[in-house]
Amino acid sequence: MSFWSITLFLWEGFRISLLIFAVTLLVGIPLGLPISFCSMSRVRPIRCAAKVFVWIIRGVPLMLQIFIIYYVPGLVFNYQLFGRVDKYFLLNYGIQDAGRIVAVLIAFAINYACYFSEIYRGGIESISKGQYEAGQVLGMTKKQIFFKVVLLQVIKRIVPPMSNEIITLIKDTALANCIMVAELIKQANTLAATKALIWPLFYTGVFYLLFVGILTVLLGRLEKKLSYFSS
Amino acid sequence: MELLKIENYKKSFGATEVLKGIGFSLDRGETLAIIGSSGSGKTTLLRCLNFLETPDEGRMYLDGKLLFDASGPRAGDAEIREKRLRFGLVFQNFNLFPQYTVFENLCLAPKLLAAERPDYRQKKEAYLAEIEEKATGLLDKVGLTAKRDAYPCSLSGGQQQRVAIARALANSPDILCFDEPTSALDPELTAEVLNVLRSLASENMTMIVVTHEMKFAAEVASRVIFMDEGVIAFDGPSAEAFGENCPNERLKSFIGSIEK
Repeated sequence: MSFWSITLFLWEGFRISLLIFAVTLLVGIPLGLPISFCSMSRVRPIRCAAKVFVWIIRGVPLMLQIFIIYYVPGLVFNYQLFGRVDKYFLLNYGIQDAGRIVAVLIAFAINYACYFSEIYRGGIESISKGQYEAGQVLGMTKKQIFFKVVLLQVIKRIVPPMSNEIITLIKDTALANCIMVAELIKQANTLAATKALIWPLFYTGVFYLLFVGILTVLLGRLEKKLSYFSS
Repeated sequence: MELLKIENYKKSFGATEVLKGIGFSLDRGETLAIIGSSGSGKTTLLRCLNFLETPDEGRMYLDGKLLFDASGPRAGDAEIREKRLRFGLVFQNFNLFPQYTVFENLCLAPKLLAAERPDYRQKKEAYLAEIEEKATGLLDKVGLTAKRDAYPCSLSGGQQQRVAIARALANSPDILCFDEPTSALDPELTAEVLNVLRSLASENMTMIVVTHEMKFAAEVASRVIFMDEGVIAFDGPSAEAFGENCPNERLKSFIGSIEK
């Protein structure tokens, strides 16, 4: 196999990695908001439930969460949820492994939403009470205070920790390997198993490095864009 | 002419009674200084006036109309918002909005309020022009026209506090309250803020100033309230409070201890 064809073969896997990355961010970033609001709720049962949920999700390995989400519907409820998804996509669109990928996406989105929710909570709680009160005495509504006064300050504060999580996320996509999703590392493993080629496994590092490089530049720009004020 | 009247304001935080029955009245155009040692309830009183805290007991009349009654039904958010607008509040640590320029800080709240008016769509241009004109005038008044497009983080503490005063004035409150407006400032910056207060007093703005600046209280305030452990221990003309024949021993020793 030529270097080029191996690159293309690995690229097929990296596309899956990028899909997991993108969907996790698209779902996880908004999903983190209600979780963080619940964990700051004045209603104790809601607050406690949110904290326990975040504790469990952050306290258990992501790989285990993928296993649980993938196997529990079949084992416990005797309902082959992801098998059906698989079949549906294969018959209708000719896409393979859709069920496994969906299971991974669910696990990733929930897991990352919990991490994001804690970052949001830290950001929101770090805004001084004085900002809210200044808005109040100027006759602003709670909603106006949140959106017009607090939000941008929160965003500015959470960009560095969010960047960290986002960079971790692209490398975490390799965990999808554990239920045989053909992401980048799995593709390289396939080459090792079928063609006795070990170097493509090391070559995968270049894909991650390049992507993280692009992310670093983009997130750095965002951080710089928000540096016009300090609070 | 009586503008504000407070009757029997009481406020407790848990078991601690901070205000133990405060009553006073204020005429239009008066500058009232509230002094007293820390923990005497000055700031709590000011926060109660601005509806940031709700008194447990008491009534407030503004312009002869009942504005707040602790024994009445609990006011909703919208109602409190409307009442709040009768008062302005300048904080000890400014609390400017850091992501907005000086000018935007002044215009933000008035623009949001204007957008709620029923005829906003038809008269949008006129409303915005009016707000911006007013903000420009206020910046001139506090001497910060040159800093119009600067962000708060690039200003000195004194400048930030002057912006905060202009911002509070942009809503045209009936009464402007100050919570220790110079306590977070270096002595050399204190003067520029006090000058603004002085000029507002000369324009007959009705003001309530919680302060540790005895000199300011003596010079600018027409009246002084001395609070001691949650009650008003002295209420009278500032000349009397700071004069030789101050009738209140505790006030006398308080002023003496601060001036040393």
